Amino acid sequence: MELTLWTYEGPPHVGAMRVATAMEGVHYVLHAPQGDTYADLLFTMIERRDRRPPVTYTTFQARDLGGDTAEMVKTSVRDAYERFKPQVMLVGESCTAELIQDQPGSLAKSMGLPIPVVSLELPAYSKKENWGASETLYHLVRTLLLPVVLPPNTKRPQRDSHIRPKANIIGPTALGFRCRDDIREVVKLLAEIGVDVNVIAPMGATPADLMRIPDADFNICLYPEIALTTCTWLSRNFAQPIIKTVPIGVGATRDFIAEIGKVAEIDVSHALARSQSDTLGNWDAARISSSAEAHASRLPWYSRSVDSTYLTGKRVFIFGDATHALAAARIATEELGFTLVGIGTYSREFAREVRELAKKHGIEAVISDDYLAVEAKVAEAAPELVLGTQMERHIAKRLGIPCAVISAPIHVQDVPARYSPQMGWEGANVIFDSWVHPLMMGLEEHLIGMFKEDFEFAEGHMSHLHTATAQETRREATSEPMVSIGNSASHSDQVVLTPLTQEVAGITWSLDGEAELKKIPFFVRGKIKRNTEKFASDRGITSITSDTLYEAKAAIGQ
Amino acid sequence: MTDLSVLKERGQREVFCGLTGIVWLHRKMQDAFFLVVGSRTCAHLVQSAAGVMIFAEPRFGTAILGERDLAGLADANEELDRVVDQLLERRPDIGTLFLVGSCPSEVIKLDLAKASERLNQRFFPKVRILNYSGSGIETTFTQGEDACLGSMVPVLPRSHDEPSLMIVGSLADVVEDQFQRIFDKLGIGPVYFFPPRRAANLPPIGKGTKLLLAQPFLSDTVRSLIARGATLLPSPYPLGIEGTTTWLKTAADAWNVSNEQFKQAIAPSVNRSAIALDRYRQALAGRKAFLFPDSQLEIPLARFLSRECGMELVEVGTPYIDRLLMDQEINLLPVGTALSEGQDVEKQLDRCRAAKPDITVCGLGLANPLEAEGMATKWSIELVFSPIQGYDQAADLAELFARPLERRRRLTV
Repeated sequence: MELTLWTYEGPPHVGAMRVATAMEGVHYVLHAPQGDTYADLLFTMIERRDRRPPVTYTTFQARDLGGDTAEMVKTSVRDAYERFKPQVMLVGESCTAELIQDQPGSLAKSMGLPIPVVSLELPAYSKKENWGASETLYHLVRTLLLPVVLPPNTKRPQRDSHIRPKANIIGPTALGFRCRDDIREVVKLLAEIGVDVNVIAPMGATPADLMRIPDADFNICLYPEIALTTCTWLSRNFAQPIIKTVPIGVGATRDFIAEIGKVAEIDVSHALARSQSDTLGNWDAARISSSAEAHASRLPWYSRSVDSTYLTGKRVFIFGDATHALAAARIATEELGFTLVGIGTYSREFAREVRELAKKHGIEAVISDDYLAVEAKVAEAAPELVLGTQMERHIAKRLGIPCAVISAPIHVQDVPARYSPQMGWEGANVIFDSWVHPLMMGLEEHLIGMFKEDFEFAEGHMSHLHTATAQETRREATSEPMVSIGNSASHSDQVVLTPLTQEVAGITWSLDGEAELKKIPFFVRGKIKRNTEKFASDRGITSITSDTLYEAKAAIGQ
Repeated sequence: MTDLSVLKERGQREVFCGLTGIVWLHRKMQDAFFLVVGSRTCAHLVQSAAGVMIFAEPRFGTAILGERDLAGLADANEELDRVVDQLLERRPDIGTLFLVGSCPSEVIKLDLAKASERLNQRFFPKVRILNYSGSGIETTFTQGEDACLGSMVPVLPRSHDEPSLMIVGSLADVVEDQFQRIFDKLGIGPVYFFPPRRAANLPPIGKGTKLLLAQPFLSDTVRSLIARGATLLPSPYPLGIEGTTTWLKTAADAWNVSNEQFKQAIAPSVNRSAIALDRYRQALAGRKAFLFPDSQLEIPLARFLSRECGMELVEVGTPYIDRLLMDQEINLLPVGTALSEGQDVEKQLDRCRAAKPDITVCGLGLANPLEAEGMATKWSIELVFSPIQGYDQAADLAELFARPLERRRRLTV
């Protein structure tokens, strides 16, 4: 048993739903108890879809358990086929159905439906949502394409150099983080370098589209968590190379274009050169008109402009799925000049890559799907900005740290109406705005550092966010994340928290030391406090004075 | 008793399970924590419903069963003790801990009743541990509240059998306060609200306790309260002016309040709510309503919509009909109203599309898809989350149904 306050992923059958809902012409019969239809809301509410997900649930109840639940499966499959006339049927179980073992997949296969039936085995007590989506996509593609796989060691025929190369985009699903707009941005990038799109799957694809996957020259593995298994299988059976760079961030987008150039044997130097030649803010008429077709991002100029100088060395903690976390780390350190003080992922399948990257930054990766473990690590690293999932917003609220969302799981506000890709040139623009926004603006940061007693612009206040935050709470939360804090949302006397981490034993702050600590700007105070305590402990100092604080600062730096 | 012909259907049910009750119960009783013992699906459900709110301190969580628990490799009881220790260490402010059963825990027959008994021996009186089932196989949506309140009944302190009134069912704080003022004017008291605002302040119960139900989905709770000596005052529910008046009158009669005093006490509220309601009656009168099953509030709502707002009822679907709790309401429905109990969602959707109602009351899984088909919908869950009971909310309640129509009138794109 595992205590979970928030879960990063749903159960694997939700992953299967994400694939089914992304597609057309596929129906999913899910053996599940009454109530599991809540998952429909993820699609109709969070993603605001205008159709019901193509899912039929058996919705058995307690009274059915004594009877023939297997018969319910058959009835549901039959009715769903009659009503929706899909081209392919997925059949699987949710966690409770897994316990009663009706084998719905084999049952459905034995019913003689005139369409392919894909039986999904998704172990709900050991696997999770992304695995479920990946597995479902893989089995769907495999079922449809198995009859036409190439004989082993067949080479793909050389493409005539006059024919534009064709690529499949594999991985975007329903409920993915910004998939809708990422696809558009990637298609634009491909057009720019002369690559045509063959099939985008699963988002928007029909089973007939999946049958056309082998026509492409290579596969773009856009969301490895969902697509890598399928791309690997396609590479083995149809000799289709895989593009592995995920184009999130300016640097990664350039690498993505370069990788495609190499794989497709086309000249992309022009596109790469353009991406570097003119990255300014488009302030004159000629540039504005050309910006309609911008082959470059504004991020590099925005990030170089002096207004961004104060971003240098901002301490950032990153958590999410591996793809978005890795991309974010590169952008944060190479494109925005932040300092990475923590990185982690809940995607265990990609833990190795994340660990390697963490090592380069001299930190230890957090590979965990345990929300409480992540929370403890964030508190320990005392960052000035958290880039994470919807769950990290809870952590950031508790610790009083600015936060932006970079990865699923998400809630409704991260499926915006406006064009908001993460990938490609425009994606980098979106990222610049959304990551910098939660930070305190430069001038305000300076003034609050200089004058502590303003009646309006108090500590932790961020006037550009229009909120007069419960300053007492926030101050406590950041300066002492390990002691009791009130919950600003409820009565402050009701919530008492226990230590997140242990205090350094045997060290106290003298009055003048503490007074001096309070003069340290709000966002870095937690880190300074910790550094000073460590400095004191290393030297056997038991009472920290203001001098100790400055000695530690001189020895360690900010 | 009304002779009922009810369409009983079985098939796919598009409803929530009882775990969803946690979403409002955690706000009603702020000193309580809800620990679901279940799967990742359960955790995902609760956070999908409530996770749009950002919590510094969540008041619910899930002990997720793993393969080791299912294989019997880990002693489930030891595991549960460990998880509860971990939780209470993190949150020493928790006064009442509900262990909430789910489909997986029910199917593998994990005995949470025993577990809570054992944990109580360790933690009571600092923390009281209770248990109930919110599983989908046993409970539908609001029945989760019934199960939760039911688990509290055995630990309610015994009263000295003096007369008292117990209002049963979660109400918005503002509505509770309004009712309290009216009861004060009527000289009815003491009045206890159940559930209380803090789980630690349990109301007493005994032979003198008279029960007035604020919510229609409390079948088991009511029966256990009766078993503890309380008397049920059967009444329609306090939705709309008529419902509220009849509801209050039921209590007033039990307390032998004179007709004059009663009229005097309610007159100001009745007058102003009638003025407020009239505006929406004009918008709703003559319109057709179709209600999908969701919370068991459907029959009282349909009664309000037809009698006080002049709406025509196409079909009133409800997950479950308890005649003990519902006959007073059913008697007030227009003769021949099409009632349905249970659901086969595809067939019900066919009937709904064919009837072309002006407003369809349904869950969020159906609402946007029906809107996209050109039908106006009122998502039903909001009716459980909004203050809708009592005089001063009668117009607000009607407004909830008029709003989608008004919105469609306004939008030009």
